[in-house]
Amino acid sequence: MNSAPILFLTLAALIVVLAGFAVLGRRQFASVIGFVAFGLLLALVWMILSAPDVALTEAAVGGGVTGALLLGACARWRGYASDTQPSVSTRVVAAGLCAAVSAGLIVVVLSLPSPAPTLAPAARESLLATGMGNAVTAVLMAYRALDTMLEKVVLLLALVAVWSLGRDSSWGGRPDFSFPIEKNGPLIFLAKVLIPVGTLVGINLFWVGADKPGGAFAGGALIAAMGLLALFAGVLRPPSIGNFRLRFALVAGIVAFLLVGFLGFVWADDFLAYPHDMAKPIIVVIEVAMTLSIAFTLVMLVVGPAGRKS
Amino acid sequence: MMTWLFNIFTIVMISFGALFFLAGTAGLLRFPDTLSRLHALTKADNLGLGLIILGLLPQIDWPFGALKLGLVWVLVLLTGSAASQIVGRKVHEEKNS
Repeated sequence: MNSAPILFLTLAALIVVLAGFAVLGRRQFASVIGFVAFGLLLALVWMILSAPDVALTEAAVGGGVTGALLLGACARWRGYASDTQPSVSTRVVAAGLCAAVSAGLIVVVLSLPSPAPTLAPAARESLLATGMGNAVTAVLMAYRALDTMLEKVVLLLALVAVWSLGRDSSWGGRPDFSFPIEKNGPLIFLAKVLIPVGTLVGINLFWVGADKPGGAFAGGALIAAMGLLALFAGVLRPPSIGNFRLRFALVAGIVAFLLVGFLGFVWADDFLAYPHDMAKPIIVVIEVAMTLSIAFTLVMLVVGPAGRKS
Repeated sequence: MMTWLFNIFTIVMISFGALFFLAGTAGLLRFPDTLSRLHALTKADNLGLGLIILGLLPQIDWPFGALKLGLVWVLVLLTGSAASQIVGRKVHEEKNS
């Protein structure tokens, strides 16, 4: 066990170096790759800190989906790169703000009382009432369900913001998302083999979330990755953003949350309160809808606004 | 006695795996062109990870833990080789044009 501190310090140093590489890198593409590696190492750190739920989400969202979003942004950026460098004053202000936030975080973390205040025992105590075996899922879906619902609203707002970047004339059309695809190329082979496996793993991640690390976000992100692979390989085309079924899938999670929320007044006298012995099945219903919404929202975020009317 | 043997097996296999990762990384950094760098990289992915997973097999619950580890290896092989193919073909295209 003696070598553990050396391992942790090496890992921490590597993460700082990667962060610097991502921020200071001269080339966008290299910076994004640095950022993805940074996310994966961060997931490893969460794992070492015994927070596998956070680790899974960090790997899926921080490393995976955000990486895909940034790569998409890089690809769109090409062609205007040279004359759109932010001015020196903008950069100084951005650097100052980032430094202030970092300094604030450092102060807060260092001034935490030791041992840090924790609600973990309280969260564990009422675990039985929620029907969950995983305290993290219980926090997300029962104790702080309202926060989780609002998180989904934020995700949807982000998608609305992306969609509003398209031209008025192409509103409701299909996002431009096509690549030159080789017939029988390796990407199509990968899509055919990996998508069924990955989708199953995604569903499994969501399902075991009740009792073990996992849950709607990690599962949804993995399913989204499989959807993106299908789009990249040209096996599927992105749906028109006006497509009614797509829009239903996008709001399904919030609708399920609101429905259960208002039904809470009927069966338990409060918004988003679950009736006593029905908590688990209701949570599963919300989570199914949420996984669906998360997967579709993430895919649509990456493919971007509508390009042409079809 | 058996656990002893298993532990030695694990240590040996994981050390060999780590060696392949080290060699692969050195190759990635030192080799002159994209294709030979790909060659170095796949050694780490295929053999290095394969040996590490082989070494972990005696330490994990049978059969499902072992199956999961095996699946991880197969999936990395699959994605790694597909990605190498894509990069390799791109290099080939650029050479010919």
